[in-house]
Amino acid sequence: MRTRSEIRARKAMWDRLAYHGIGIGTAFFFLTPFAVTLLSSFRPNSESVTPPLPPWPRSGLSFDAYRALDGFGSGIWQHMFNSLVVSIGTVLLTVAVSVLAGYGFSRYRFPFKNVLFVLVIATLMIPFQSILTPLFIILARLGLNNSLFGLMLVYVTLQLPFSVFMMRNAFDAVPKEIEEAARIDGARDLRLLVRVLLPLVMPGIATVSIFAFLNAWNEFFAALVLLSSNDNYTLPVLMTAVRAGRLGAINWGAVQAGVAVMVVPCLIVFLLLQRYYMRGLMAGAVK
Amino acid sequence: MTTAALTSSTGRRRTRRRSGWRGLLYIAPAMALVIVFFVLPVLFTVWMSLHKWPLLGQPAWIGFGNYVRMMSDARFMTALGFTAHYTIIVTIAIFAVAFPLAIFVEKQRPLVSVYRTIIFLPVVVGLASASLLWVWLANVDSGLFTPLMQRLGLTSGRLNLLATFDAAFLTIIAMVVWKIAGFTMIILVTGLQAIPAELTEAARIDGARRWQRFRYLTLPLMRRTMALALILSVTGSILAFDQFYIMTSGGPQNRMISVVYYIFNQSFVSFNLGYGAALSIALLAILVAISVVQLWLLKVGDDRP
Repeated sequence: MRTRSEIRARKAMWDRLAYHGIGIGTAFFFLTPFAVTLLSSFRPNSESVTPPLPPWPRSGLSFDAYRALDGFGSGIWQHMFNSLVVSIGTVLLTVAVSVLAGYGFSRYRFPFKNVLFVLVIATLMIPFQSILTPLFIILARLGLNNSLFGLMLVYVTLQLPFSVFMMRNAFDAVPKEIEEAARIDGARDLRLLVRVLLPLVMPGIATVSIFAFLNAWNEFFAALVLLSSNDNYTLPVLMTAVRAGRLGAINWGAVQAGVAVMVVPCLIVFLLLQRYYMRGLMAGAVK
Repeated sequence: MTTAALTSSTGRRRTRRRSGWRGLLYIAPAMALVIVFFVLPVLFTVWMSLHKWPLLGQPAWIGFGNYVRMMSDARFMTALGFTAHYTIIVTIAIFAVAFPLAIFVEKQRPLVSVYRTIIFLPVVVGLASASLLWVWLANVDSGLFTPLMQRLGLTSGRLNLLATFDAAFLTIIAMVVWKIAGFTMIILVTGLQAIPAELTEAARIDGARRWQRFRYLTLPLMRRTMALALILSVTGSILAFDQFYIMTSGGPQNRMISVVYYIFNQSFVSFNLGYGAALSIALLAILVAISVVQLWLLKVGDDRP
């Protein structure tokens, strides 16, 4: 005769099995596109025209696809370099500008403070897609048309509402007493900010950096419109040439390799710094 | 006690000394960027929309000419209709997938954080990357879907998923759901976790069944969170561009041209910059109207606790 606890244990076991069955199935659905592309990108040319079943290379590891990708535009290293310059530049500038602004908004009183803060946040209300035409003209007037630096400035501006909000909150959370103590010790202004406060708001800076990096690395529309010469294309813009194919024939191996090059850095950054990413997501969503 | 009083009085004096114009120095770089790359462009868009503005040559003032033209522009109306259609379908699809997922990963269980992370992974890659990835998966000759369907015995023919409107539309919806569902899921999870456990417990003791608890307890308490997720999904979908440009180049039969895609074509392919600006203002007006309606709905929702 089965005891009641035995029945309960059995029910819990079935419950667990069903739970993990659904979990593994779902995980499989979300992971497969990544896994299939990564594995397929190492198939030799001869295999890349055949369906990816199985997706892994059957006749040895090959870098054909990556070599083919290198044949587009000005070479893959150039475009990877462009993407890195824009993304890292965006991160550095965003952090510098939003740390200063966050500190200013958190610790100082000045005329029109609230109006100016709302103005920064209001950038969220108007999507950049609707102001690309004038941005194109303004950048040209500034001599920054078709320039990675110009694109970077646009990306930094797009990051500001989130970043300034984030940094102001970070500074608000630092007790005033710490600042007072440092002041009595003779530190003031920028030195106080850099030496004393910066280490305390590092988590905020990490969050701001991840969002700035991922958004700049992944952005496509503004880069497509604002960059006009081959040499300056960032990875997503380069890939439109690969996707269009030469003489109508698309090199699918090169597409897979390109997707791998664009996707892997994002996955690594996210997996390493998940905690800070989620913090930013919550701050952005709850607001 | 005396020390505390002393610190706070010093603090107040220091703060007062730091008021004035010095704070403006700190926010100056941010304000410069916002003014040059946001405020000016917005004003400039309005100004441009009142002109016939070619890429080369002098702009000519035409008042509301661009707006009049817009009203009788059949292709713009088609783009509006398509964007609305896409927004509604994709939002429903995202919710239909994200809500069950949110319930699935809400409770703390072994491995749940692994599932959560995996479902969230596509959110952090670019929409352009995701589109390219799915273009390949959907390709008839070297993609994954056709052989997969054949092996499963669902079809024996060639499935050219991006060649007809219906198939391409479905493929794009599937891609976007794969890419975005994790994001909506996380937002919904925060809403679910904010529901006090005692409430659910009390309902359970009162004999409410699982479905009843969901219908009369969870759903009403999730109203604000769902409204937020809805706003994000709707405004994001109205601005869709990457997936249509990369996956189908606006085809088949130019039926997949979204509003932003149409603005792109007018401004940067045909170089009707003034008309493109007027279309942008129309897009902004639509977004503002939708936000107002949604915020109003959110407020109405607030009245009922």
